[in-house]
Amino acid sequence: MKIPMRTRALAGLAALLLGLSLVSVAFDVESMPTPALQKRYDALTHELRCMQCQNQSIADSPVGLAEDLRRDVREQLIAGKTDAEIREAMVARYGNVILFRPPFTPSTAWVWVFPFLLLLIGVFVAARIVRKRTALMASDDSVIEPEDVTR
Amino acid sequence: MTRFLIPAAIFLALAGVLYVAVVHSPNKSTMQSALLGKPVPEFSLPVLANPGVTLTRAQLQGRPWVLNVWGTWCAACRDEHQTLLDIARQNVLPLVGLNWKDEDDAAIDWLKQLGNPYSVVAVDRDGRTAIEFGVYGAPETFFIDADSRVQYRHVGPMTPEVWEREFLSRVPRGVLP
Repeated sequence: MKIPMRTRALAGLAALLLGLSLVSVAFDVESMPTPALQKRYDALTHELRCMQCQNQSIADSPVGLAEDLRRDVREQLIAGKTDAEIREAMVARYGNVILFRPPFTPSTAWVWVFPFLLLLIGVFVAARIVRKRTALMASDDSVIEPEDVTR
Repeated sequence: MTRFLIPAAIFLALAGVLYVAVVHSPNKSTMQSALLGKPVPEFSLPVLANPGVTLTRAQLQGRPWVLNVWGTWCAACRDEHQTLLDIARQNVLPLVGLNWKDEDDAAIDWLKQLGNPYSVVAVDRDGRTAIEFGVYGAPETFFIDADSRVQYRHVGPMTPEVWEREFLSRVPRGVLP
């Protein structure tokens, strides 16, 4: 039987995609005893930074350290720790860098405040320009003659 | 005139902020330990090549010591090994090894072949103690004072310059020979 080229290509592609999907789940087989714990585990491991990697969470990284930190999160959850306690324990060991969302502290305040400050300045400047131009237009009683336009 | 001065001033201010941020960005070699000034975690670990013997924090308390995190899987650890051997020869601070996520046989072979700079090597097979120390890559080297507090952490291979500048300088007078 002759299998059409297209079918073979599709089958090959399907096999490749299946292989890739298996690779991506291969390192994350840990499961929690209850769905509620699993949900918290998933959320926590996605908000903790893998310190060995560039912008990857410990949930997404296959490196050994991320694996150890996931085990740590799992054990703390099972031991009955709250999410806040687990985050605190991580920050105590690795510092705020381990959190993707930095907390609002005196040293990080500007990160949160600066964009809004810039926005405010922008609004203020825009308002001033609009007001100035409106005033200019109101005081301008010159008439545009047809020859001004065509020139 | 102010038409140009104000935007120019804003530009310069922004450039200044970004410059400072880039220069002081936490890169791997300068990122300081979160444990700085705090006591190191309690631990009780088996000692390499000495079955049945354990090493605890309490045993090391009372004088400053250095913790060096290493593994035979770590290429940069091989790079710093000669420096560690030179440091050990100075005999100023006890060098405690933390063999991180390694195999005993491989670690013992490594020390036999390259020489052993450590006073004692604690074995952290599953990496739990390293996490407590906030370790994120090997090699890492900690200066720990007589009260078991972290005074400094160096990430990456130890060099004679770093040793002199950051470690020897922290040894209290009287401990130096």
